[in-house]
Amino acid sequence: MNGWTALDRFLQTDPRDVGCGEAMELLHVYAELAATDAPVAQRYPGIAAHLAACGPCGEDFDGLLAAIRGTAE
Amino acid sequence: MAPADPTADGVFPPPRFDPGSGQWVQMLSRTGPQREAGLARLHDLLLRIARGELQRRSGQLRITGPELDDLAYQVAADALLAIVAKLGQFRGESKFTTWAYKFVIFEVSAKIGRHFWSNQTVPMDAEDWERLPGRFGADPAQQTERRDLAGAVRRAVDENLTPRQRKVFVAIVLNGVPMDALVTELGSTRNAIYKTMFDARRKLRAALAANGYLNDQTTGHS
Repeated sequence: MNGWTALDRFLQTDPRDVGCGEAMELLHVYAELAATDAPVAQRYPGIAAHLAACGPCGEDFDGLLAAIRGTAE
Repeated sequence: MAPADPTADGVFPPPRFDPGSGQWVQMLSRTGPQREAGLARLHDLLLRIARGELQRRSGQLRITGPELDDLAYQVAADALLAIVAKLGQFRGESKFTTWAYKFVIFEVSAKIGRHFWSNQTVPMDAEDWERLPGRFGADPAQQTERRDLAGAVRRAVDENLTPRQRKVFVAIVLNGVPMDALVTELGSTRNAIYKTMFDARRKLRAALAANGYLNDQTTGHS
């Protein structure tokens, strides 16, 4: 990948992206479904689009998923 | 579990929780020893999650050992306060513990954001445009590509972004300030900073496409 391709990828925006506020509001619901391997991105496409684009929210999702999986009985 | 639907008269019925979540809410809603026991049990659980998350993200903190454990206690205490304050907002859409863990995860992110400024100094008005190609992995040997890319983006920024969008773009992209650290520095919210960057990215892409640097549909230098 050259610099232009990486720049283009960075500048691409997804109109379905719900933003941090809504994603954070529903993160516990989204992560719990994801932990069961449910098709959560199909159910919440706007949150999936956001988590793919927002590094900090994606990091929070990874952390919550790890917490759920680490404490699952 | 699906969220509760309003009844015909628009009043929400009491939330229905799974048995484990119901026990947590009941314990924490009471007074006296049962509540104290519930708070202690929840604190232990939050502390365990905080330690795990801080360990997972320890590369972003550069602290270890007792200092990291102190931070875990702070995270657990702050998360516990937030959970107790917002207990009435728990609607049973997930397990109570999943909802509670979310507060720990957010506290860790906020503390990492604040920690960034304790060991780094980034002049917020510095604009070193020569860094830009490297941020996007441009080959150091491709001097023409690097010059073109930096020049085109700088012009697009100059001509299209508001002062606020420029400040956020420069901090995050040129100076490599993490978003949560910028939130702290500007006294803003993650949502507001992300929206500012989202709008800036859309404007810059449109400008670069209009000037023939990027294709409208596909990636790559036209």
